[in-house]
Amino acid sequence: MIDRRIINGSKIDSELADDMTKAGIDRIRSCIQCGTCTGACPSGRRTAMRTRQLIRKALLGFREEVLSDPDLWVCTTCGTCTERCPRKIDVTEAILYLRNLACQEGYMRPEHRAVSVKLIETGHAVPIDDEKWSKMREDLGLSPLPPTVHSYPKAVKEIQHIIKKTGFDKLINYKEGKEDDKT
Amino acid sequence: MTKHRYSFFLGCVIPNRLPQIEAATRLVAPKLDIELVEMKGASCCPAPGVIKSFDKDTWLAIVARNIALAEENGLDILVLCNGCYGTLIAGVHDLKDPETRARVNKILKGTGHQIKGTVTTKHLAEVLYMDIGMEAIEETIIRPIEARCAIHVGCHLLKPSDIRPWGVVEDFTVVDELVELLGATSVDYKLKDMCCGAGGGLRSAVLDVSLDMAREKFEAMTQAKVDCLVNVCNFCHLQFDVGQVQVNKEFGTDYQIPVLYYTQLLGLAQGFTPKEMGLDRHYISVEPFLEKIGMSV
Ligand code: SF4
Ligand code: SF4
Repeated sequence: MIDRRIINGSKIDSELADDMTKAGIDRIRSCIQCGTCTGACPSGRRTAMRTRQLIRKALLGFREEVLSDPDLWVCTTCGTCTERCPRKIDVTEAILYLRNLACQEGYMRPEHRAVSVKLIETGHAVPIDDEKWSKMREDLGLSPLPPTVHSYPKAVKEIQHIIKKTGFDKLINYKEGKEDDKT
Repeated sequence: MTKHRYSFFLGCVIPNRLPQIEAATRLVAPKLDIELVEMKGASCCPAPGVIKSFDKDTWLAIVARNIALAEENGLDILVLCNGCYGTLIAGVHDLKDPETRARVNKILKGTGHQIKGTVTTKHLAEVLYMDIGMEAIEETIIRPIEARCAIHVGCHLLKPSDIRPWGVVEDFTVVDELVELLGATSVDYKLKDMCCGAGGGLRSAVLDVSLDMAREKFEAMTQAKVDCLVNVCNFCHLQFDVGQVQVNKEFGTDYQIPVLYYTQLLGLAQGFTPKEMGLDRHYISVEPFLEKIGMSV
């Protein structure tokens, strides 16, 4: 069904496109809505995501609508749209920028939050969280723990120091000692 | 011969989920006069599809710390993962800007690391093709591999192209050449350039869409009658090997395409055993491919 809408001025964020321009997606206002990005998109081929539409909505300032749209999260960041955009707009970066805003507004998938918790607690987004992986390493002639943060507790502290400074812990509402590590 | 030395960046998935790729790479490297110098205490790169999607500043500060570790080694970074490559190469690029660097160094204060901007990042394919060279690789081959291979290059090896060393995005043949150097044939298949579907946080949160992309590629590879799939990214590797089992379950298919990371294939050609290359650790059996080339696990 065609969705006939009257655009309600109070819902428009007229600064969104300017913010994106300042954040490095400097050519976004030159979008001609050609749809090359949509045509190039492997995700859009099997989902309702329309890259061109996301860009259009961002340009129009439909902030809430874009940020709450689950389709924002089906982009694989493959970069094909960016390569093919005739106006040389960094479309992929635009999507990442919008995702950052979406997270600030609290639109984060639980699975993504879980990955973030792992990063905060171990320094690895995909850590050794089961002995079988260490065993497998040993069977292959490797050290049971890799020479990464896993072997250097001080390094994990450094990551946590960074995360506190950037406020990433607050962004994901991290609760020290109270996270269920089965997530 | 001069020794080629690099800061060896492992990332997360290789050491913690696919150590067979780490083991294979550590075995083939000395034959090519590559010395892999550890980056002690390195963390997640952090992953460009997830962490960069959540908070770019956190992403950049953690990348900076990893790059700083390489600077302390005084050696450029060698990565095996396209995701890590994407993050580290973008990190090196973004941190060239003195203002950004100063801002990030402020965040790093207290970690004992500072970033200067003195090293660069290279992907395995770049190191092999440009630093080591085809001739030197060829000299190490004692057992040519006669097989039909589907090459999957992966997105972030090539894109965004403005901060990549290749000069091309389409018609990229470096990985095909590296594979054919071992005696194998790179077979064209439909959607060869298409994404594996794992990136952008899809494998963790939108698995159905992610697997549907892989499924399309498996179908095309099966139609092209390949003996195996060869990749240069462990995250693509994970998607194709573990994901193939998931695709078969979700879609009722029965794809059986053995998945090899390039250094595993190279190792076989250099005379290492399938076991040394960790080929008995795969989710989709590699046996049919080994049989085809006259080996077994
Ligand atoms: S390809 Fe570029 S110009 Fe065309 S619609 Fe997409 S963003 Fe706009
Ligand atoms: S980067 Fe995202 S939006 Fe652009 S083509 Fe790839 S999947 Fe589609």
